[in-house]
Amino acid sequence: MASIQITEATKSYGNTAVLHGIDLNIQDGEFIVLVGPSGCGKSTLLRMIAGLEEVTSGSISINERIINDLPPRDRDIAMVFQSYALYPHMSVEENISYAMTLRKSPKEKIASAVNGVSNILGLNGLLERRPKALSGGQRQRVAMGRAIVRDPQAFLFDEPLSNLDARLREQMRSEIRKLHRKLNATSIYVTHDQIEAMTMADRIVAMHDGYIQQVGTPLEIYDKPANVFVASFIGSPAMNFIRGTASASGEGYHLQTDQGHQIILPKSLDLKDRMDVILGVRPEHLMIVEEGPASLPATVDLIEPMGLSTLVHVRVGQDSLKIFTLDRPDIAEGTQVHVSYIKEKLHMFDARTEMRLESPV
Amino acid sequence: MAYYAKSKGQRVADWSVHYSLLACYLFFALFPLFWLFKVAVTPTKLLYSEGIRMWPSEMTWANFSQVMTDTDFPQFFINSAIVSGSTAVISTLIAAAAGYSFSRFHYRGKAVIIVLMLITQMFPLVMLIAPIFRILTPLGLTDSLLGLVVVYTAFNVPFATFLMQSFFDGIPKDLEEAAMIDGNTRFGALVKIIFPLTLPGIAATLGFVFTAAWSELLFALMLVSSPDAVTFPVGLLTFVSKFSVDFGQMMAAGFLALIPAAIFFFLIQRYLVQGLTAGAVKG
Repeated sequence: MASIQITEATKSYGNTAVLHGIDLNIQDGEFIVLVGPSGCGKSTLLRMIAGLEEVTSGSISINERIINDLPPRDRDIAMVFQSYALYPHMSVEENISYAMTLRKSPKEKIASAVNGVSNILGLNGLLERRPKALSGGQRQRVAMGRAIVRDPQAFLFDEPLSNLDARLREQMRSEIRKLHRKLNATSIYVTHDQIEAMTMADRIVAMHDGYIQQVGTPLEIYDKPANVFVASFIGSPAMNFIRGTASASGEGYHLQTDQGHQIILPKSLDLKDRMDVILGVRPEHLMIVEEGPASLPATVDLIEPMGLSTLVHVRVGQDSLKIFTLDRPDIAEGTQVHVSYIKEKLHMFDARTEMRLESPV
Repeated sequence: MAYYAKSKGQRVADWSVHYSLLACYLFFALFPLFWLFKVAVTPTKLLYSEGIRMWPSEMTWANFSQVMTDTDFPQFFINSAIVSGSTAVISTLIAAAAGYSFSRFHYRGKAVIIVLMLITQMFPLVMLIAPIFRILTPLGLTDSLLGLVVVYTAFNVPFATFLMQSFFDGIPKDLEEAAMIDGNTRFGALVKIIFPLTLPGIAATLGFVFTAAWSELLFALMLVSSPDAVTFPVGLLTFVSKFSVDFGQMMAAGFLALIPAAIFFFLIQRYLVQGLTAGAVKG
């Protein structure tokens, strides 16, 4: 098992920089999820750890040994590809045992390892088949089997579930998590799916435009997003944003929205008078209420019933907001309602830097 | 499916049109071959006396036996086999290496090389005969099988490279990356994982180059004069004398010349039609 240190790692293709000074320490046995939109550099970072891309500057170490110049085969890591990358001319058994065969492991050892893996992953009846005779989910399992049979120092996953249908993805998600608990191997998992990130990670690394935006446990990232990007990317349905200006009023501040509404802000925030801010509020922290002093008038745009919950889209002036509720509100599209919020759950961001405004310590 | 909704009569009609078109094409493609064989087995005395008939009233293998025993054709065949086989193997090796590099690596000058290779394909070969003759003479490569192999290889490599490149492009990069992570070097991954999957491409390229070299006449005619190095297309011309054309023997020789090409394609056709990469990635 291994700890992985990434220090000021950069990656450029010619003059185009795709990763800028990445610093990340991954503990032994940790399950890290790199999450971000496509093109954010998460797969490139993973491929640099695997040795499939060169590190332009900075260093990557496994167990404090710098591996920048080590070829992939000497890094003792296993990788599961998005496309599975199964060898089509080999049977499932040969696919799984290929790495051990290359390392000239004794036959009995290979056989027992393959047997063990196929028990864990339920591949017993499929060992003789070729990849083309397998379903998507089975191929995914074989790809996993090929990775775990080697007992490597670390596992790398490059969007391994994105080719599966929703139900299978959900199932594999928990299976991978269980597998990780069983093997306790350091794992780095790349995905653009924030639900995968939230459900699977010990720590999430949110990335955007080649920079790490925030590193933290799923709930840290959900509850205290470091900037507008993280706030908007993590969470489904996504956070609502309202632009406005902070104005001093009495002891505290309120937000004067661009639409002319006033929202009272928590007192603890480090605000200045006339400061341009972005207010973020998660859909579950908004609710439809009777008219009151702190409520905002809104028009119902759309109602999306999801069985368990309902998502109500409303318009407050020009701002579109989503409200998540476990109720089944008895309102029609186009009606006027009033919306309120949980004051303690508001997120404030500096409109200029888009960084989170924290309470002064 | 609409297919099942069709009435029986319509399906029969569709079927008939489909197979009639195929039959027309086959007739068009195969009739010259039939005529080649028909003339080859027609006794010379009947060739002009019987008029145009689908099959001669009398059949003979004499033309074949004369070609094999009384002419230099066995030698021409061997020459052609050596030249075509060597050209096919050498061109395919070079094309595979070049195609792999075009498909997998980014490097300075790659685009220039590709354009230059395309340009070589733009000239009519006739234009190049004189300069090539001038280049080969001081090197002692005229009048030799080696010279033909060199020239054929030079002319076939560009197209063969593009052919191989397209086959490599069709094999996902993930496969060799997975092999490299599993413990292979890049070359090991190429040999053990990519090569077996490229067999259909290699077979197609071998076949393409082999037939091109097997039937090449222009350079063989211009660069070779001594009978030791004559290939069979040039040899066919020996049946045309000043006063007559020996059609029977010419056709017999031509028919014999088809056999190696036919055997060659019979051997590689399994790979030509095989879609080995199916199931490699998502699907």
